[in-house]
Amino acid sequence: MEKGKTVKHLIDKEWCKGCGICIHFCPKKVLAFDEQEKADAVRPEDCIACRLCELRCPDLAIQIIEQDGENEQ
Amino acid sequence: MNNKNNIKFIQGNEACVEGAIYAGLDFFAGYPITPSTEIAEHLASRLPQKGGKFIQMEDEIASMGAVIGASLTGHKVMTATSGPGFSLKQEALGYACMAEIPCVIANVQRGGPSTGNPTHVSQGDINQARWGTHGDHAIIAMTASNHQDVFNITVQAFNLAETYRTPVILLLDEVIGHMREKLVIPEQGEIPVVERLRTSVKKGVDYHPYLPREDGRLPMSDFGGEHRYNVTGLFHDMWGFPSNDPKIVSELLRHLVDKIENNVNEIAMYKEYWLDDADYILISYGSSARSAVHMARNRRARGVKIGVLELQTLWPFPADIVREKCAGAKAVIVVEMNMGQVVTQVKNAVDNPHNVFLANRVDGELISPSDIKTLLRMIQGKGV
Amino acid sequence: MTKERFDFKDYIRPRFFPHMWCPGCGHGIVLSSLLRAVHELGLDKNDIVITSGIGCSSRISGYVDFHSLHTIHGRALAFATGVKLSKPELKAIVPMGDGDALAIGGNHFIHAARRNIDITAIVMNNRIYGMTGGQFSPLSGSGKKATTAPYKTIDREFDIADLARSAGATFVARSTVFHAIECKDLLKKAITHKGFSVVEILTQCPTYYGRKNKEGDAIQMMEGYKNNTVKIGSKKLEDNPNLIQRGIFVEKTDVPEYCEAYDKIIQTAMKGKA
Repeated sequence: MEKGKTVKHLIDKEWCKGCGICIHFCPKKVLAFDEQEKADAVRPEDCIACRLCELRCPDLAIQIIEQDGENEQ
Repeated sequence: MNNKNNIKFIQGNEACVEGAIYAGLDFFAGYPITPSTEIAEHLASRLPQKGGKFIQMEDEIASMGAVIGASLTGHKVMTATSGPGFSLKQEALGYACMAEIPCVIANVQRGGPSTGNPTHVSQGDINQARWGTHGDHAIIAMTASNHQDVFNITVQAFNLAETYRTPVILLLDEVIGHMREKLVIPEQGEIPVVERLRTSVKKGVDYHPYLPREDGRLPMSDFGGEHRYNVTGLFHDMWGFPSNDPKIVSELLRHLVDKIENNVNEIAMYKEYWLDDADYILISYGSSARSAVHMARNRRARGVKIGVLELQTLWPFPADIVREKCAGAKAVIVVEMNMGQVVTQVKNAVDNPHNVFLANRVDGELISPSDIKTLLRMIQGKGV
Repeated sequence: MTKERFDFKDYIRPRFFPHMWCPGCGHGIVLSSLLRAVHELGLDKNDIVITSGIGCSSRISGYVDFHSLHTIHGRALAFATGVKLSKPELKAIVPMGDGDALAIGGNHFIHAARRNIDITAIVMNNRIYGMTGGQFSPLSGSGKKATTAPYKTIDREFDIADLARSAGATFVARSTVFHAIECKDLLKKAITHKGFSVVEILTQCPTYYGRKNKEGDAIQMMEGYKNNTVKIGSKKLEDNPNLIQRGIFVEKTDVPEYCEAYDKIIQTAMKGKA
């Protein structure tokens, strides 16, 4: 990820059907299932904003937002 | 009317073409089939002359699909076919009923079932026009017995398609389609032409393509316009989106049937000859009505009180009109070239179905006045 | 490419989401790729008519905020031909399933290609009839299991790209939902192409095809797309000619487009020349 940028993972839990495609193919293992078996960004600081999760989400449930500034967490 | 260029000596199929052009046809898709092919041939020549489009599709189904697609972009559309092709079009025809898409389908009838008797006349598709596609629905089907009337009902078919947002079927037959006689093309404006009713809903305001106005009509919005909506063959809500909500399903189906069946008397067209004092009434339509009128005229000259009710609208069936006209008749003879399709409707319509008889011919030849006379003499108890 | 950030919600009808496709169904990725392609091309939503037939794939037309025409099984290209020829300024996009496009709709497919009418046909190839519960399709291929092939299929499959090329399509490409960026880029090229364009997109049906044929879940099927496909002409084909090729197979610009050719007919007819 570009220095000085943070990545926000907007995941619509209503739309996500928990297929796990985003989790499996994430090159940095940023995503994991939450307790409801829906996708969740558990290591957002590792995200390189490649957007493959967004592109491959069959449920149109993920949006990657790149923001200026350090990660809030 | 005095313009010599407006007087033509042409086939019935060409009269249909002239009527369609007069009504504003600007898109035709078709597939060659006897005995309707001349409609496609003439439109291939005529339509591009006025900037319209003609396309010969890969099959009958595709032709029906293409005209539905073209209607949605705001054009007046038509396809033409005969027997087997009419069978193939039925699924898409039902789609046009369900999605309420104005279009005109000419079926120049030939003998059937199957390949049947391609170059000979029949009126065997009357019930198929009514019930050919699956599921409950209503339909408008019209026919005529001479070229002036073919022209006229073709214009009316387009008008009704636009007014009721429905497919309208022109049930011509091989004799009418191929026979040559005079046609006088009316001046523009002489016959009213109904244009597409477009929505007045402005951009950004919620448009409901399937919410009828108070007068029952549904204004349309052309594809490519400001209103993006959905068109589907599934039961749908007022936006056109699929629904299986029992209330929506029931209301839509009732609307599709009622919009036509409740207006049967406005839609119905017919002609009558010598009915006022008629003891005997011939009911006929299409080319067989020519023989019926001829025979009745001859009998009248010999003092027989006989008249003819010529139906031009077959569906929705004008039952009230038939009942009223036949109320005083001793006998009603339905003259048609099938095994008895309209006669069933007439029996259902009249007060005394036992007095309704069928004079038919199903050998591919036009029923003749003497065929009808034979039956009349038997009914009269005069022998043959 | 438009600068504006892509947001699905600008292109869909959100009241119908979450969509009706099964978990892991690849069709949603096709939808996503299509919307991105439209966005990056900067197309006006009012200029797009999406016409579909019947099947899982065909439901795509209800989800997009374009003019949408959900027709009858197999006939989408015929309806779209009417739309396009009657109003050529519209962009006509026709997503179809493999059975929809090539079994019941096979005739319309080859003839639309022959005419070279400016329509983009997207064949969402999941090798099965999903909506009706897993019957084999003309793309299943032989030796596959389906509800109508309990003893395995004996039918051979089409090669969609070969068929489209032979029928005269002037743009033919193939990708998979694993290769989502490639998929979007090919769709952009197909939509921009003047003439009949075909994009075959391999898309998984984990519910029926995957389960019946022991190809695993959606993830494993997508791994299959990664491992069993290569770019056109890849050296890997020398070792394994059975790898499926991805990329652009045909891109011709010297064939007249149908609507433009018809405009010339109109010019001739209006001059009174026969």
